[in-house]
Amino acid sequence: MFAYDFMRNAFLASTFIAITCGTVGVYVVARNFSFLAHTLSEIGFAGAAFAVWLGIGSLWGMLLFTLLGSISVGELSLHSEQKESSISAISALFTGLGVLFLAISGVNSNYATNILFGSIIGVDKQGVVQLVLLSVIVLLMIFSIQKALNFDSFDHIGALAHGVKSGWVSLIFLIALAMSVSIGAQIVGSLLVFILLTLPPATANYLGKTIGAMIAWSIFFALIGVWLGLYLGFLTNLPVTFFIAVIEVAIYLITYFTHVIKRSL
Amino acid sequence: MSEILNVNNLTMRFDKKTVFKDLNFKLEEGSMTALLGPNGTGKTTLINILMKMFPPTAGSFKFAADVRLGYVPQFRNLDAEYPLSIAAFTGLNAPLIKSKKVKDIINKQLKETNLYDIRNTRMGEASGGQKQRAYLAQALLDNPNVIILDEATASLDPMAKEELMQLIEHLNEKHNITVLFVTHDVPLATKYMQNYLYLNHQQIAQGRMADFKEEYE
Repeated sequence: MFAYDFMRNAFLASTFIAITCGTVGVYVVARNFSFLAHTLSEIGFAGAAFAVWLGIGSLWGMLLFTLLGSISVGELSLHSEQKESSISAISALFTGLGVLFLAISGVNSNYATNILFGSIIGVDKQGVVQLVLLSVIVLLMIFSIQKALNFDSFDHIGALAHGVKSGWVSLIFLIALAMSVSIGAQIVGSLLVFILLTLPPATANYLGKTIGAMIAWSIFFALIGVWLGLYLGFLTNLPVTFFIAVIEVAIYLITYFTHVIKRSL
Repeated sequence: MSEILNVNNLTMRFDKKTVFKDLNFKLEEGSMTALLGPNGTGKTTLINILMKMFPPTAGSFKFAADVRLGYVPQFRNLDAEYPLSIAAFTGLNAPLIKSKKVKDIINKQLKETNLYDIRNTRMGEASGGQKQRAYLAQALLDNPNVIILDEATASLDPMAKEELMQLIEHLNEKHNITVLFVTHDVPLATKYMQNYLYLNHQQIAQGRMADFKEEYE
């Protein structure tokens, strides 16, 4: 398997993406941002379609749209009473825009499928370097605000009472989240990138009792999903995204039911 | 005894509604004071101003120069699935990667608040009294000499109330921590607090808890 260049690239890129999404995801779940991660996936799709229309790399269009979307949705949901409805409205608008950009750029449906469902096997050397670099930037951003981010995400009221500058923490985190969505979408596709950002950390919630342990479990499950998914995709020639989704859901359900059974005993 | 807080003509208005007007009072170092008053009279607003979470409309207040404030707010939204252990929750007020020294300080506060033996219990599974003690332990990590508790006993059963109040009394006696305790519970305040502040009708009254006679209306 590793004799092929494209498989080596795919493994390297997805390893970094899994580490990034696994880490960021712990805070997505703690801050109740799962729905936002979902919306950002759709905004990312519009961004990729926009990039196709402009004739630039889809990653850059996604970054542009998710950064703008993340900050505006994040601010909106912080200040609006109608949090879910306002996010739904934005999500509808962006999905519509994505469809429009794809139609007017006249690309074939194969390209659209790649944006929506991922194409890790198609990532070249340069793409890998970009993804690894962006992953490292996201991890550095999270690390640089980790104390305030931990406090604010896991005990927002306590953090406020303590004078943590929660506005800044929230803004930096939203930027990191937008970047994670954009890079994660390169393997699992924009439609399913929220899998890596929500399922491994949701599973980790049942297993870890400290933030460090939760991040470790979350990365572990994200890595199992992408590695095993790539391997099974290579063996069967079926979509990698399908395997990643099934593996993450299975791990989550097994952990969830074990937790429920343990609690009822 | 020296003064630790001096409040001067403090006034707060939201739009046109006056919450309180020209409040004047002082707190002495090492004192235990209950902040009493009916719902909606602005007790939490007053605390938020003292915590510098927003500025007053008029007037001023001054803490002593060496003051280190600890604050335990009224509501926390931790559900039953909340994952962090009591120790990890307390340690949120410290870096993620903890040195031996930081760990020792956390363990010391966990022992002080009688949580050390259950430090690995998840906060989501802890009782109301254990949660309140963990909030207190988290605030104690800063080594405060003034601690403000907002309705800390409101949702607790009688046993847990007594346990928390004894802990607060212990912190006051052993570490000379000045306590400002916001509550509705007059009997509890009478038992544990020395002084009262009574906020109602936009005004504040101060006195010894033993002499407290104001009626709730």
